[in-house]
Amino acid sequence: MTRPALFAIVAFGYAFLYIPVMLLVVYSFNASKLVTVWGGFSLKWYGELLGNESLLNAAWLSLRIATINATFAVLFGTLAAFALNRYRRFRGRTGFELLLTAPLVMPDVIIGLSLLLLFVSMQQLLGWPAGRGLTTIGIAHITFSLAYAAVVIRARISQLDPQLEEAAMDLGARPFTVFTRITLPLLTPALLSAWLLAFTLSLDDLVIASFVSGPGSTTLPMWIYSSVRLGVTPEVNALATLMLAFVAIVVVLAARLRTPGQA
Amino acid sequence: MSVATGSWGRRLAIGLPYLWLTLFFLLPFLIVLKISLSEPVLGQPPYLPLSSLADDSTLQIRLNLGNYALLAEDDLYLDAFINSLRVAAISTLICLLIGYPMAYVIATVRERWRHILLLMIILPFWTSFLIRVYAWIGILKPQGMLNNLLLTLGVIDQPLAILHTQLAVYIGIVYSYLPFMVLPLYANLARLDKTLLEAAADLGARPATAFMRITLPLSLPGIIAGSMLVFIPAVGEFVIPDLLGGPDSLMVGKLMWTEFFANKDWPLASALAIAMLVLLVVPFVAMQRLHQRFDEDAA
Repeated sequence: MTRPALFAIVAFGYAFLYIPVMLLVVYSFNASKLVTVWGGFSLKWYGELLGNESLLNAAWLSLRIATINATFAVLFGTLAAFALNRYRRFRGRTGFELLLTAPLVMPDVIIGLSLLLLFVSMQQLLGWPAGRGLTTIGIAHITFSLAYAAVVIRARISQLDPQLEEAAMDLGARPFTVFTRITLPLLTPALLSAWLLAFTLSLDDLVIASFVSGPGSTTLPMWIYSSVRLGVTPEVNALATLMLAFVAIVVVLAARLRTPGQA
Repeated sequence: MSVATGSWGRRLAIGLPYLWLTLFFLLPFLIVLKISLSEPVLGQPPYLPLSSLADDSTLQIRLNLGNYALLAEDDLYLDAFINSLRVAAISTLICLLIGYPMAYVIATVRERWRHILLLMIILPFWTSFLIRVYAWIGILKPQGMLNNLLLTLGVIDQPLAILHTQLAVYIGIVYSYLPFMVLPLYANLARLDKTLLEAAADLGARPATAFMRITLPLSLPGIIAGSMLVFIPAVGEFVIPDLLGGPDSLMVGKLMWTEFFANKDWPLASALAIAMLVLLVVPFVAMQRLHQRFDEDAA
């Protein structure tokens, strides 16, 4: 293949990835109600978002779930990453790896259905969880997010220089001190990335949340989905732009924060 | 040896995530299997228990294979499975055809460009999948941006019907999963030993020959890893066929959703889930084997 042909495919690939989202952003400022006809610049759809109570409730629920999810996913993901990196051989290691990889590829509909059936069975047997909402969606999200968190953190742990920890121990630091003073600071950028990834995964999930949520607990993706099903609305364009802006700011901030720390 | 080797830390690090995943990932599949063997009823929950105590207090267990029989008999389900596999396979191939050149260029350009190009592959992971799929509705619909553009340019004189067709599903899947193909391919190609290519060139191989005989075979693990990351979730995809597809693009993920939410047939939805799992076990095990071989190589 010639070089120009190669670059043409690559340029097409990137254009393909980015143009749809850019169009979405541009048309969120469109005054016209018709999503695809340009009617002049306007911020009116943003104003309408702020007055939409069902949307604000859904966003608030999603943000709470995403925060809880990201925190637990990083906690469990860190433990799992350490387990796989530091303990080369243990009983059930293959099964452990399998359980950590499967959620990455498992279709959402299967995870959603299986967790709902689990929650229903648990409710029958144990009386818990009494209802479905924040708790059940949170548990479901932690389950698949921790696998992603483990991948991110594991990649970083494998790059750590073991000599730093050894040096600290030689100098008399106790294991806990070594962990909090050496290992944890070195891992912070990865933990931050993992936290953000888990946060956005949770904020993005429609299918699993739809299965395990109960009446009255509508998450942001569920709200978007039902609006889209009713027809493409300009409000959704505005909301999408806000979410993209939010992500862009967070990603840039995270990159700024971790650049000085990176060796 | 390093920190956290104490038996307490070891137990915690292995035990806690293991327990969580066993309880909330593995155990649910057994329950799905159980419920797929039960009979649907109207009620809450909408299935009959498998085991019951009869009047003479003997335990009765009734397994109902009717749900699976229905899957095998009704063409609707078989068609959905075949269509899902075909759509996932073709989408994977298209992702590979676009993703391989992208990964190859990212792996071979200068350092500064590499960072930017790589970041641009990772960035879509951070943006909402639902919103990115939704963006295509505005582009593909009859009065959408693509048709407007083509009409204005005079390429077509009648709007094309793309939204709610199989073609839209392909576009949506390739678009959504392309980064999953590029990343493992890039990771693989970046590690490729360049001296092998130099040696081939010294021995008189033309670049195309060197690529076919060296780069391509050595990047096979990356190709398989990327393909599995696209293929497996694509088979069970719900959002894309639901929002972009039409009546002709029946996929098993969407069918399962309908059985569950619209028809309230939990046992049949469970049987569909089990059938999908069985189907996906082979590619999944292949992927897992590959991972372990990587780990052993890296260790």
